Amino acid sequence: MQSTNTGRAEHLLTVNGEQRRVSLRPADTLLSTLRDELGLTGAKPGCENGDCGACTVLVDGVPMKSCLLLTTEFVDQDPPRSVETVEGLDGADVQRQFLQHWAFQCGYCTSGFLMLVEGLRRQQPEANRDERVDWLRSNICRCTSYAELIHAVEAVLGHERGAPRSS
Amino acid sequence: MHAVGQSVARKEAPNKVTGRARYNGDATPVGTLTAVIVPSRHAHARLRQVDVAPARRMPGVVAVLTGQDADLLCGEVLEDRPPLARGTVRYHGEPVALVIAHGEAEARAAARRVAIDCAPLPLVASVEAAVAPDAPLIHPELGAYKRAQPPVVPKPRTNIADHAKIRRGDPAEGWAASDVTVSGHYTVPQVDHAAMETRSARVEILHDGRVIVQSTTQAPFEVQKLLAQSFHLQQGQVIVDVPLVGGAFGGKAAVQLEVLAYLASRAVNGRPVQLVNSREEDMATSPVGMGLVADVKLGATRDGLLQVAELTFLLDTGAYTDSTPRVARAICSECTGPYRVENVRCDAYTVYTNHTYATAFRGFGHFPLTFAIERTMDRLAATLGMDPVELRRKNLIGPGDRTPTRMMLTRSTLGDPRTCLDRAAALLAGPPVQPTGPHTVRARGLALFWKTSSSPPNAISGALVSFNQDGSVNLSTGTVEVGAGTKTTSAQILAEQLGIDVDQVHIHTHINTKVDPEHWKTVASMSTFMAGRAVMEAAEDAKAQLKSVAAIALKCAPGDLSVGQGRVFLTADPNVSVTVSDVAHGYSYPGGDAVGGQIIGRGSYIMRHLTLLDEETGEGHPGPSFTVGAQGVEIDLDTRTWQYRVVRALTVVDAGRAINPAGARAMLQGGMCMGIGLATREGVLYDRDGQRLNNQLRTYKVMRAGEQPDAYVVELVETPQIDAPFGARALGEHGLLAMPAAVAAAVSHAIGRPVDHLPITPESLWQLSRSAEAAR
Repeated sequence: MQSTNTGRAEHLLTVNGEQRRVSLRPADTLLSTLRDELGLTGAKPGCENGDCGACTVLVDGVPMKSCLLLTTEFVDQDPPRSVETVEGLDGADVQRQFLQHWAFQCGYCTSGFLMLVEGLRRQQPEANRDERVDWLRSNICRCTSYAELIHAVEAVLGHERGAPRSS
Repeated sequence: MHAVGQSVARKEAPNKVTGRARYNGDATPVGTLTAVIVPSRHAHARLRQVDVAPARRMPGVVAVLTGQDADLLCGEVLEDRPPLARGTVRYHGEPVALVIAHGEAEARAAARRVAIDCAPLPLVASVEAAVAPDAPLIHPELGAYKRAQPPVVPKPRTNIADHAKIRRGDPAEGWAASDVTVSGHYTVPQVDHAAMETRSARVEILHDGRVIVQSTTQAPFEVQKLLAQSFHLQQGQVIVDVPLVGGAFGGKAAVQLEVLAYLASRAVNGRPVQLVNSREEDMATSPVGMGLVADVKLGATRDGLLQVAELTFLLDTGAYTDSTPRVARAICSECTGPYRVENVRCDAYTVYTNHTYATAFRGFGHFPLTFAIERTMDRLAATLGMDPVELRRKNLIGPGDRTPTRMMLTRSTLGDPRTCLDRAAALLAGPPVQPTGPHTVRARGLALFWKTSSSPPNAISGALVSFNQDGSVNLSTGTVEVGAGTKTTSAQILAEQLGIDVDQVHIHTHINTKVDPEHWKTVASMSTFMAGRAVMEAAEDAKAQLKSVAAIALKCAPGDLSVGQGRVFLTADPNVSVTVSDVAHGYSYPGGDAVGGQIIGRGSYIMRHLTLLDEETGEGHPGPSFTVGAQGVEIDLDTRTWQYRVVRALTVVDAGRAINPAGARAMLQGGMCMGIGLATREGVLYDRDGQRLNNQLRTYKVMRAGEQPDAYVVELVETPQIDAPFGARALGEHGLLAMPAAVAAAVSHAIGRPVDHLPITPESLWQLSRSAEAAR
């Protein structure tokens, strides 16, 4: 890896299936690399503390808070580790269901919730109601009533067998 | 083709689910410097020295500013706040210095090197302490402050920044006519807006004199005016650009970071400087929602008719006033709740404390007010042995009655509180409390709200409609899209008026004060009404122009023509027509010569017949109409642990007319969820030194998934407001207004004693039970 005299170095990072060359300080978070280096601003800083989840992305298919990850952990890996952001979702069901169920208002937390629910779909598609809610609790939405988000999740995963439909 | 009354998706929705929606921090140009605030670590202290030299020497640092570099005072109503502390710090987190560096890491590293030497002053830790006779003064200079936006009535040599009043009827007569008297003492803490996007601002001062401001503000035109005024610029020089905003809830109506970013840019020869709040700064340095201490006394006859109300409110505005004196007047305006009371005495004091300063919070004072008045109505019902719903029904205000500010109500201005109450009571049917197990009970509570806009009497809103050649239209209004869907609502109104599809209306999502007409501020749930009126006028203007050009083409009088379905046609014979695109950019004769020109419609609205409240009596006309509603909850409570859950929440509100029914429901439900959060967990906490304890989202608790009720019920009553677009009433804030009161009512029923303090946590209920036992 090429070092520069500013303490930055160039590395390869795989994002949304594309290999990208990024310039890093060792302390750079994945969130700052995505936003400031790669212009992938869908992931948002809400607290930079792991509390709100607005920065959630998928790392190897698992939702993670990119404000708590150091980019250096994910660069130059063989096989490459996969980082997926909201920009990599292309007409995914979760996007349609968020639209359909009014699962956002201001939209700032939306990218994070989308990636969280996409991760849930991939990791635990059979999740029951309590498990779904546990997943959703990692992120905060200040605008909606959460019912909209839960309805969107139900639409993505299917209604739980035997569970009552909420009104 | 009908656009109004349809649940069309928000215009910007596809961008919001693809990460392409642009917010303020999403496109920072290369070369932008970063400014970081150095906050005070004391809540009240005299600044002896701020040594910036060590910070100035740190790598990457371009400039460091202190109060010495900013000789001005800010304040929406009363100019009492230095953008950087001068001489005194008045709250923990107050900006003391500003470090400007090439990057955030450098700026933050340098900020830690700013040495603040200060001598602590006695702390004023509550509004009660602040109004005590020997209280230390937070603003000894109070009498000298400029009153930027009267009315505001400061009491020099006290901590009372403003005293707002209602004097109506004769309270002595009311007490004489009363068989029963009840009183209550209530507290509501300061609360945080906690919008998911923190506040930020970027300023660049160009050498041609233009000042470019990019901000998360709800009030771009206010930012423009304030910067122009403070720094002696023409308003047109200041260009405020606002993209989508990631939630606001009133917190982004205050102008704070924009002034600091301007000072920063000015200090570095106009280079672009951005200032982005961390979450901790957003909570402790930028303003919060005010706290309230209320004393309410009601008198009624033995059959439950209200005779008199006496109310005293102490508003915890923290270290500075910002908009709190306006909030105080909004509280005064509706101080009785939606009830008929002829004799009213109300005093609302805006009180300084050494807390974070306060600004507008969703509802503009009405959720604390509603809490206080509705709790007292429940007390009165208990004292009279009367059903709380019946007591409310008996006293409901109606057309022909006057409000505390003596505004005469009509069905159009008030709406239908009776239907709201009756429907909510029916939906909440059941005993106030019933056991559901050996240690569990289910309880119900209901509360009413009302609110008007309390906006300045000269608040304005404009709209511009320009036609594209193909007949589609561009719509520009001055409202900011904070999540409420205001842009989509405006597009629906325009589409309906022009008889075109909503898809043919192209909106300006970003606001730019240079090209977009002014909208006062995107606050007070007033966008649908004010911008909507402007849009309707712009549509009429555009239609008149379309007709006058089409009249030439069709060889008739403009008055013979109608517009709709993408055509301009003879009203008497729709077969005779031209398409809108034939005339949108002028009409061309077969030979190529043309008449007309681009159709550009303009609309402009100014509030009508509103007046400022009289300083002595409070008489005045604070808003164009009211939104009334009833809310209820069912809770399940465990009498051993005092833990409880809201299992069902309902709202019946007079919406006038829902322009976008699904959008209106979503907005109301979101408000209900926020209101349950305010009832059950939210509140700013300080330690004994006045240091902010919960300045993060892990310590300042907001609702998370799974904590919401199992069921939300929202019903819309539709009593049109005659002068509003399609009759639509304000709805943006209202979902939360009575939720804390309803939750408190239910919890009070569940535990058998009144709950008068927010938030209502299991711990607070345990303490309440202990104090009740001790008193026994």
